[in-house]
Amino acid sequence: MNQYKVVHCNINGKDVEKVVDVRASLTDMLRNEYHLTSVKKGCEVGECGACNVLIDGEAFNSCIYLAVWAEGKHILTLEGLAGPNGELSDIQQAFIDETAIQCGFCTPGFIMTAVEILNANTLYTDEELRKLLSGHLCRCTGYENILRAVKKTMYQRLGKPIDF
Amino acid sequence: MNKVGQSEVRVDGYDKATGRTKYYEDRMPADALYVRIKHAEKAHAIVKSIDTAAALAIPGVVKVLTCFDVPDITFPTAGHPWSMDPGHQDVADRKLLNTHVRYWGDDIAVVIADNEVAAMQGVRALTVEYEELPFVLDVQKAMEDGAPQLHERFPNNILKHTSNRFGDYQSAIKEEGLIKVEGWYETPTVQHCHIENHGCYAYEENGRIVVVSSTQIPHIIRRVVGQALGRPWGDIRVIKPYIGGGFGNKQDALYEPLCAWCTTQMGGRCVRIDCSREETFVSNRVRHAIRFHIVTWLKKDGTIAARKVECFSNQGAYASHGHSIVAKAMGSFHQHYPCPNMEEDSYTVFTNKPAAGAMRGYGMPQASFADESNIDECAHAVGMDPMKFRRLNIMPKGYKDNFSGNVNYYDTYRECMKKGAEIIDYERKIKEYQHQSGPVRRGIGLATFWYNTAVYPISLETSSNRMLLNLDGTVTMQCGETEIGQGADTAYAQMAAQAVGLKSYKDVHVVSCQDTDITPAGLGAYASRQTYVAGFSIKQTAGLLKEKILKYACEVTRQAVANMDITDGNIIRKGDGQVLMSLKELAMTAQYNPVHSEHITAESTYTIRNNAYSFGCTFAEVEVDIEMCKTKLLRIVNVHDCGNLINPALAEAQVHGGMSMAIGYGLSEQLIFDEKTGRPLNNNLLDYKLSTFMDHPNLEAYFIENPEPTSPFGTKALGEPPACSGAPAIRNAILNATGVAINQNPINPHVLFAQFSKAGLINDPWQEKEG
Amino acid sequence: MYDMKALYEAQSVEHAVALRLEHPEAQIIAGGSDVLVQMREGRRAGKELISIYMIDEMRGITIDEDENIRIGSLTSFSHITRDPIIQKYINVLGEAVDQVGSPQIRNIGTIGGNTCNGVTSADSASTLHAWEAIVELTGKKGVRRIPIKDFYIKAGTVDIRVEDGEIQTAILIPKVSYESTYGHYIKYGMRNAMEIASLGCSVNVRLSEDKRTIERCRVAYGVAGPVPMRAPSAESVANGSTISESLLEDFSLAVLNDINPRNSWRASRDFRLHIAVEMAKRCLEESIKRAGGVIE
Repeated sequence: MNQYKVVHCNINGKDVEKVVDVRASLTDMLRNEYHLTSVKKGCEVGECGACNVLIDGEAFNSCIYLAVWAEGKHILTLEGLAGPNGELSDIQQAFIDETAIQCGFCTPGFIMTAVEILNANTLYTDEELRKLLSGHLCRCTGYENILRAVKKTMYQRLGKPIDF
Repeated sequence: MNKVGQSEVRVDGYDKATGRTKYYEDRMPADALYVRIKHAEKAHAIVKSIDTAAALAIPGVVKVLTCFDVPDITFPTAGHPWSMDPGHQDVADRKLLNTHVRYWGDDIAVVIADNEVAAMQGVRALTVEYEELPFVLDVQKAMEDGAPQLHERFPNNILKHTSNRFGDYQSAIKEEGLIKVEGWYETPTVQHCHIENHGCYAYEENGRIVVVSSTQIPHIIRRVVGQALGRPWGDIRVIKPYIGGGFGNKQDALYEPLCAWCTTQMGGRCVRIDCSREETFVSNRVRHAIRFHIVTWLKKDGTIAARKVECFSNQGAYASHGHSIVAKAMGSFHQHYPCPNMEEDSYTVFTNKPAAGAMRGYGMPQASFADESNIDECAHAVGMDPMKFRRLNIMPKGYKDNFSGNVNYYDTYRECMKKGAEIIDYERKIKEYQHQSGPVRRGIGLATFWYNTAVYPISLETSSNRMLLNLDGTVTMQCGETEIGQGADTAYAQMAAQAVGLKSYKDVHVVSCQDTDITPAGLGAYASRQTYVAGFSIKQTAGLLKEKILKYACEVTRQAVANMDITDGNIIRKGDGQVLMSLKELAMTAQYNPVHSEHITAESTYTIRNNAYSFGCTFAEVEVDIEMCKTKLLRIVNVHDCGNLINPALAEAQVHGGMSMAIGYGLSEQLIFDEKTGRPLNNNLLDYKLSTFMDHPNLEAYFIENPEPTSPFGTKALGEPPACSGAPAIRNAILNATGVAINQNPINPHVLFAQFSKAGLINDPWQEKEG
Repeated sequence: MYDMKALYEAQSVEHAVALRLEHPEAQIIAGGSDVLVQMREGRRAGKELISIYMIDEMRGITIDEDENIRIGSLTSFSHITRDPIIQKYINVLGEAVDQVGSPQIRNIGTIGGNTCNGVTSADSASTLHAWEAIVELTGKKGVRRIPIKDFYIKAGTVDIRVEDGEIQTAILIPKVSYESTYGHYIKYGMRNAMEIASLGCSVNVRLSEDKRTIERCRVAYGVAGPVPMRAPSAESVANGSTISESLLEDFSLAVLNDINPRNSWRASRDFRLHIAVEMAKRCLEESIKRAGGVIE
């Protein structure tokens, strides 16, 4: 007999609840129940970072996070980042402007980690940024322009001149 | 203003930055049945039986199909253009599911279920009885008499052997005083590791089969699915949505034929095949591991008197792209460093490893590693600086290749090396790094690479294009050359805007999704050809569209066609630049004219009978911690001449990606196999050492823009070239730092430990005692 | 979707113990970064799981009445690294677990899970051995505390009494281990992130007041044997010795008497022995520096 549970949580600012198969990963729940397809599947074992979302402000690979654990949590996916009329956030705009996007498959996960980094309001060194972003694999960009995009936004938010 | 040459943002940037872009799985019908593949757990065997009873008893499992059920049709999988000459067609050597298991991971059965878990359980519940056969993993052992045979048609497992002969090598090497530099060079099996695994779904619609797939080559997939199922090609419709990278793996028919067949076995219900990462590593395609034997004979002045190159390419279990890869590798040697007397031989050999196919660089990362390692040793052998040696011997300006007709119109190699050397401060550093003796040493190295654009004259080069004038004066454009992440759609928009005379590249709507029912026939994304090849058909089709627009405009404006042009979205009078009407007005007038209504469209095919060289180099600076057997890459600089840049920012980004792949190829990536069983050991992203964010220095990409004369936009290959010269540059930097010449990649800590121990840089007094 | 037979969600430690007694075959899942991966691979497919992830009382770091540093078993690696108590007293533990996998793995992975899976490559394990940590287990008979070296039985097996319904509830670092003690951890990986250790070495020292002598030294390894292990021969070389270059040499060579790495496709025995010596030397050197000592 399959086992189900009602999971209540807040997704992208909205309180929601759904009956979920307890075997579901959070990736399964977000993609299949809520159609949040920015949550990508690249390995499903926590090695690539494509399914990364923020849970209570921290980055998690949703593929190895049980959907039932979302109970009572605040979850942010890339769909929740743009404004109500599709206005891009600064980090999304920076990814576009710095050519940090190619195939786009790792992009949602990267941007969500970048959100966590930027929310720390800290001026990190390049080395620190590389470490903070190291939970995502990308085969297109060599990470170079992703670093630029995050770094540029970090400087902008802190009101400091950008030093590339 | 020029639309090409500008660093415009990607046309798909907004959607990708907001997560709206739909990849195949995001379009999946909710009721699709899950197809999971049973992969053989033997390297070489015959399947005697498969007991499906336990699998069929699992709730949710609806069908099990095995290698005993599939049509008796062998088909080819390579994403090559079809050849009308049967002698040039790809080797058809696999069935949808195979009773003759030829590698660990071969496809032998599928379980179809209404949910993912039941499908997985079903696969685990299958009991397979095998008759085990001896297997062979090594390319040269596979060629020996008495080696295990993979395919009956290919004695000694040799898929193909080709040769080139120039001058008289045997006589030339008898010259007195020549210096011989000989080496064996070993390159590894690696995988593409696009972040989106391959997957597809298929269903029937009005008696035809529709396949939606993560592929680079929709039109070719249509043909291969037709072949594999024995169906007329028109029965198949292939749709390619956005894909999460390809790098050549998806330039092959992967699971589209199997998926298409499964839907026919399920009464046309939608079925899905989603590769796991573990399957992607083993049961898709890999890059050929090629072993090279190079003998170079040098004169005292440092010129090359004669050269012999043997290449042994490990094809793995199935032909896929087969010999074309090592043939390209082999063909680079006599062009890269032309010399009067050469012998080149290449062999493509089946082994019981995963099938090797196309991967970014198509033989050139391998050839560059071997060639540039040997060339560095040549420089040392004659006591010459490695860059000076290259400047002396590398392909000169004006060189013409008689086979392809390619001409080296500029002194590209020397220009690229000059620029790279200045940027990294080569001359100073090569002096500074002489005579080091400490435990941590630095070094600098360089490597160049040979490349060409597209596949002419080996295969057909064709590109079709369709342009529609929209009622707002914008243009919708379709072509068969696919967007796979590289930014092709953006480059097309820029070229089309320029060619038609639109105001902005945003006035071109490139239909990114190819659908073989709708999209004009094209061959897809491969061979670094998209911008070059599509450029011809864009220019030609834009010309036709313009002609139609101006012809209609003539009716309205009463100006002679020859006296009008289109610029910035307006029809102007050439003589005085007077704006006669906007394209919007023209389009509306033409569409809604009650007497002469016309939807203005143009479509054409261009057959490209040119090819273009695309060269460049890498400089690398490393720090080697000898005791820890670690290499830290301090700087890496690539310089490319890919002609005029259509979009400099996208070009730079693409070079970064190639450099990253080259870093992994040089230092860490290798798919490894258990020698005792043939089982892959590290087919996941934890154990396969793809470079992470922390394994790179900043990637520095530079260009020399020598306009390519054969291209309507002055452009040529860039997609693959950046992946070619990085690994040997790193290798040569390690040689410069430590004096240890390492003839295999990746140069990981295991290799450094062995090589440093052999060279006496590492001395563990207890090792002898350990025995 | 995971191939999971059933999921039991524990709401409290007491509840977890009861569930464990009720379902002795079930696998405990904390953060899941190992268990779920193994379930996906098929190794643990079809199993029942007892999730303890939601038990917040098992999270957090405190100093208890005996001045032990008490780390709740569900505390994530990233929270350990950021914790002020850890930063003040055993920063090396924070640094070690900051090298686990990736940032996302460090957000989900717990120190309890890292030790309970019994693997030798766990980044926390060598440091916990070197700091002589105590493992706290809670079951139907109450609380049981054992030294971490006794907790590890063999590869993949730890001393948790399922018949008593035990779960690991905390890891304690005794004051005697951390007082005036400074350490360093080196993880040897084939790349710089997303990595499983080829070898891990953790050293800590307490110096004499004049900073010239090592009063107490501890060194432990991961992947130098089937379970994490100390190197007692090397420790005895260092204990009570005057700091010098030659001590570094003697100390690092002495580890060869203790460790016994194996040949595997991940790395050869010879390679592991070689880097083990070098890592011991570098770890001791750095530990001495951090303790205020000078190597002459």
